[in-house]
Amino acid sequence: MAIQEQRLIFKHLDEPGYSNDIDCYLRHGGYEQLKQAVTMKPEDICAEVMDSGVRGRGGAGFPAGMKWKFLDRKSGKPIYLVCNADESEPGTFKDRQIIHKDPHQLIEGMMCSAYAIQAKLAFIYIRGEFFQGYRILERAIEEAREKNLLGENILGSGYSCDIIVHRGAGAYICGEETGLIESLEGFRANPRIKPPYFPAALGLYQCPTIVNNVETLCDVKHIIEMGGKEFAKIGTPGNSGTRIWCVSGHVQKPGYYEFPCAAITLGQLIYDVCGGLKPGRKLKAVIPGGSSSKILRADERFTGKLKNGTDFDWGIEDIPMDFDSLMAVGSMSGSGGVIVMDDSTDMVEALANINYFYAHESCGQCTPCREGVPWMRKITQRMIEGNAREEDADLLNSIADQIAGRTICAFGEAASWPVQSFIAKFKDEFVEKAREQAARRKAGELAAKETTLI
Amino acid sequence: MNLKPETIAKIDQLVPRYPTQRSAALPLCHLVQEDQGYLSNEAIEWIAARLELEPINIQEIVTFYPMLRTEPVGKHHVRVCRTLPCALAGAYQTCRRLEQELSCKVGHTSEDGEFTLEYVECHADCGHGPVVMIGEEQYNDIDPDKASELAAKMKSGELPGGITYS
Ligand SMILES: Cc1cc2nc3c(=O)[nH]c(=O)nc-3n(C[C@H](O)[C@H](O)[C@H](O)COP(=O)(O)O)c2cc1C
Ligand code: SF4
Ligand code: FES
Repeated sequence: MAIQEQRLIFKHLDEPGYSNDIDCYLRHGGYEQLKQAVTMKPEDICAEVMDSGVRGRGGAGFPAGMKWKFLDRKSGKPIYLVCNADESEPGTFKDRQIIHKDPHQLIEGMMCSAYAIQAKLAFIYIRGEFFQGYRILERAIEEAREKNLLGENILGSGYSCDIIVHRGAGAYICGEETGLIESLEGFRANPRIKPPYFPAALGLYQCPTIVNNVETLCDVKHIIEMGGKEFAKIGTPGNSGTRIWCVSGHVQKPGYYEFPCAAITLGQLIYDVCGGLKPGRKLKAVIPGGSSSKILRADERFTGKLKNGTDFDWGIEDIPMDFDSLMAVGSMSGSGGVIVMDDSTDMVEALANINYFYAHESCGQCTPCREGVPWMRKITQRMIEGNAREEDADLLNSIADQIAGRTICAFGEAASWPVQSFIAKFKDEFVEKAREQAARRKAGELAAKETTLI
Repeated sequence: MNLKPETIAKIDQLVPRYPTQRSAALPLCHLVQEDQGYLSNEAIEWIAARLELEPINIQEIVTFYPMLRTEPVGKHHVRVCRTLPCALAGAYQTCRRLEQELSCKVGHTSEDGEFTLEYVECHADCGHGPVVMIGEEQYNDIDPDKASELAAKMKSGELPGGITYS
């Protein structure tokens, strides 16, 4: 029996007959929360968001209410709201669905948030490859403007705010919030160093800025609807609300599935919700939160103490799907991209694929990242091309160790974690690769096998 | 610069919406590229002048963002997603099939200028890999056989070309 999804953000989006125009949205009770919001005190909305405990859905999982609290309101400078719709972490495909199928939910969430932080202007930074999504958002914004749901004097409240949709152009680093801000200002997306450039203090145009993910901003609408305390009851303490798990890779039914945090385990997600693995295959590994999160090995035991003091002893299938549990097993829920690999997967090839991506996407500002990440790519590339060496695993690890923690932005970690975790969990395969190739060479055969993942 | 009147109108409408002119640099690159197919030196200088910037300010953007190009693409711009989820779904096999069918090596434009075949990174639809984009249209679950069908449709003119901007 498949476990029933419990949809909040995706409630309507796949219903037959549900369309992305404003009339349909209004028929489903849309913009009621914005009407309510503009009659509330902005600080009361912020308090609800704080009470909800909602954590950012873009990757880092930082509590949104806390971020909003850090906003420098005394500077006298204009405040900006930026929606991060760059969605480029491999394995993540939820924001696209909201943009395509329910754009008004995002606009309503944004306008409620903009009002709460008293933003002067709001932006949606959308990745350039979303051609259609861009057009859908532009149209939705014009529909909302016609109904006075954004723009001047919204619903007669005296509050004015517009949304500009700004298209990226294929650079992953624009998802990092300070890189995104540089990009919005018309520069290369070179991330800024924190401190001092925390967006809430010195963000867009050096003004206080809140950057939130698409899904986080949609949550705000629901927080206003049900109240922060009620929202906090979904999920578990510290892990409130629902999450949209984007499952890809070797499962029968890849796709997006929304559940309250901790409502299901990783095993239930793979076997009950996604129909299990392809016939005759066994689970080998899972990357649970987008390609930069640390890989979990199917036959590991995960033991330790949770934040609340209880001990845990889990197999991979027992891990509850929420922020803290995935953190406790040494990985993260990140952007919700669950990449499943079965026993047909060559781990060296899989890492070579990931390294190729990160090497291509370093912005180039910091030497450890600019030089180190392509170096890791070269090694894994050489390995799959037939020139693997037994010491490569250690070499890869030592490079990754010299990148993580030594860079301006978290891309350094994002690029190092896959290498560190693949080597920690699958070192035997990296060493074996070299031995295999040596044996084939000795037998007069081609050292490299045909690859499938790179 | 021979920009279409619609493009000029869009630009004139867009620039004043931003708090600073420079913020319009990337959007203008997009608009001019859609109009011209690529960003020539002349186009880069034109954008810089329009925003009261130096050409290098635009050049540095053009060289940073992968979607901006300084050369025209083939009539059909084919992009194959190659990051891990699509790779696990068989994206490399799909791409090899496209290379054969289109007589075009990935990363290149075919001799007759009909096809540009490129690898791209995660297009945020990994539940439907392998993902292939032709022009601005996305095609999902493209295994090698479906890739052959797409190739046939491109060759017969049934599928629109690369630049289908509206
Ligand atoms: C390399 C890198 C890439 C990122 N990419 C994205 C992205 O595509 N989308 C996103 O929402 N956040 C992304 N983030 C996280 C953002 O920096 C930021 O934390 C997030 O947008 C904040 O919103 P949230 O608190 O609502 O999650 C990325 C971070 C890093 C370090
Ligand atoms: S860590 Fe990498 S991506 Fe981040 S600022 Fe440094 S060079 Fe750029
Ligand atoms: S990996 Fe191809 S769409 Fe995500």
